[in-house]
Amino acid sequence: MSLLDVRDLSVVFQRRGERPFTAVDKVSFTVEPGQTVGLVGESGCGKSVTSLAIMGLLPKRGNKVTGEVLFEGTDLLRLRPDDLRDRRGREISMIFQDPLSSLNPVIPIGIQVAEVLERHQGRDRKQALRESRDLLDAVGIPDPQRRLSEYPHQISGGMRQRALIAIALACKPRLLIADEPTTALDVTIQAQILTLLKQLVDETGTALVMITHDLGVVAGLCDTVNVLYGGKVVERAPRHELFAHARHPYTHGLLNSVPRLDSPRGERLHAIRGSVADNIPWAEGCAFAPRCDNVVDACLEGPPPLEPTAGGGDLRCNNPVSEEVAVR
Amino acid sequence: MSDPTTQAGTPAPRSGDDKPRPGMSERSIGLLGDRKKARLDELAQASASDRGGISLVRDAARRLRRNPVAIVGATIVALFVLMAIFAPLIAPHDPVQRFDELTKNLTVDTIPGSSSEFPFGSDPLGRDFLSRMIYGARQTLFVGVLATLIGLALGVLIGAIAGAFGGWVDVVLMRLTDVMLALPSLLLAITLVALASRSSQWTVIFAVAIVSVPIFARLLRGSMLAQRESDHVLAARALGVKERNIVLRHMLPNSLTAVIVQATLTFAVAILDAAALSFLGLGDPDINRAEWGLMLGVDGQRYFEVRPELAYYPALAIIVVALGFTLLGEAMREAIDPKNRR
Repeated sequence: MSLLDVRDLSVVFQRRGERPFTAVDKVSFTVEPGQTVGLVGESGCGKSVTSLAIMGLLPKRGNKVTGEVLFEGTDLLRLRPDDLRDRRGREISMIFQDPLSSLNPVIPIGIQVAEVLERHQGRDRKQALRESRDLLDAVGIPDPQRRLSEYPHQISGGMRQRALIAIALACKPRLLIADEPTTALDVTIQAQILTLLKQLVDETGTALVMITHDLGVVAGLCDTVNVLYGGKVVERAPRHELFAHARHPYTHGLLNSVPRLDSPRGERLHAIRGSVADNIPWAEGCAFAPRCDNVVDACLEGPPPLEPTAGGGDLRCNNPVSEEVAVR
Repeated sequence: MSDPTTQAGTPAPRSGDDKPRPGMSERSIGLLGDRKKARLDELAQASASDRGGISLVRDAARRLRRNPVAIVGATIVALFVLMAIFAPLIAPHDPVQRFDELTKNLTVDTIPGSSSEFPFGSDPLGRDFLSRMIYGARQTLFVGVLATLIGLALGVLIGAIAGAFGGWVDVVLMRLTDVMLALPSLLLAITLVALASRSSQWTVIFAVAIVSVPIFARLLRGSMLAQRESDHVLAARALGVKERNIVLRHMLPNSLTAVIVQATLTFAVAILDAAALSFLGLGDPDINRAEWGLMLGVDGQRYFEVRPELAYYPALAIIVVALGFTLLGEAMREAIDPKNRR
């Protein structure tokens, strides 16, 4: 049994007087214990909404969440709010994008780490603080004893993200969802944080769902990659398969648009033309069709199905990039 | 800088500051260098003290100490509070006692003025005016503190409930505060005092407190709602923190700063409102109690032609104390404002 089995997860935003908007459209994917799975896509493709829906953190009002999120066989979407709350932080944790705003500005770091331990492991404050110090030490924060009493604005961005990771992993959860954990950090710190995440995840056997728009992050970390476009999974493949021969024109375009040091001088950067605003609704065809170079008539007749490929992945495309065309 | 030539040819400004080079105007560079050095020292000191784990409170206090407005406000407030606390020690006489040497000189159109034993002279009943002024600080502080605290407590309660629950609870509570805000505060206070069958010190305190409730409630509710949407509250939810703890530990403490600052400002208003109620004759009917508003309203008004000081001193005292609290409150608001935090 998979650790996490997301089946046909849909999220529809419904605001009074407005047309409903499908942010996540029947997304399915699985995460095996200890595995690292990437959710990749550009802004607005439904990555974050997917993660919030899995955690049950979307506001009740105005959002319709359907489908199943099976965590070790239990459907999180049908769990009582109290039971779900008991699992959050203990069995499933989450790290957010902006480490400064994710920490409570008026509470010292130590208390914030301790809070999870008190909540889920029934530690008293003293014991929880002692464990917090060890946790901060484990995520590579220097002088952890002093950091315990410091406030978030007094430590650096990289250290804040480390502290958040410490908080998220405090109860040794089986699944960690990281929503763009490195976006707000500069490049050198990004690398450190990713290395740290990988190391901790390997040590504790925690499965990781990595949500990112950064293909570099995916390349270094993920076992399997799900590429989202317009709220649907358009391609799923093992990491090496994806980077070696991406089949979906969107994935192909994404990989081609990464600037490379070994490209000839003066060559223009490849770009996917248009923007997300050009999308057509999936009901009318492939959402990517207006921006696609490989578009054929079938693309505008209805949504293409997600079909297994020879490479062990899945693909939603009528006219994929041929397997022989390697990414440059 | 004021002298561009000293800057232009100096690749390493640090060394240039310490050792002026020959051929340049030595005085100007010395002066400039000194000033720059002093500023660098100051900066270094500031960043050094930043490094040791300072709390938000100490950070704000440090900024307060540098602000002259805060110092003036704090001095006034401190003097006022000391005067109130040590009134029995400072006051030369019993504020209630009617002195024979004063009463015998009281006529329809004379009230004894300053003398060596009674520096401020007499009040219309032959009591020592200075002692009554000093004891008046007590009364003012008492009314102000209690009214503010009661208003704060009720306002925080209402605001926190509205902000924490949201939905229809929020709507009902906020419409209630809207009704209260719709009436001018003094009018509302007068109405409330008038509702009581017998006015006393407590009716004044209560009326002034109620008037400040909607302001606190609105303020807290607004920032609670903002906190509700904040990332760290979402992060706390993602960690499975209980709703009660999210409200009490994460939303409320982050929302309180604005309310606490408002409390200092409300304090000034409470003093003014209480004085106004006394002035209008809606205050404490006890003639022995020394209260600035009462002294200004009853004695000051009635005997203004005879001895205007009876009105001037209490009025001045009220103005200065209210100003002191306002200055301190404004300075605190600036100091706590995270936008000023480095």
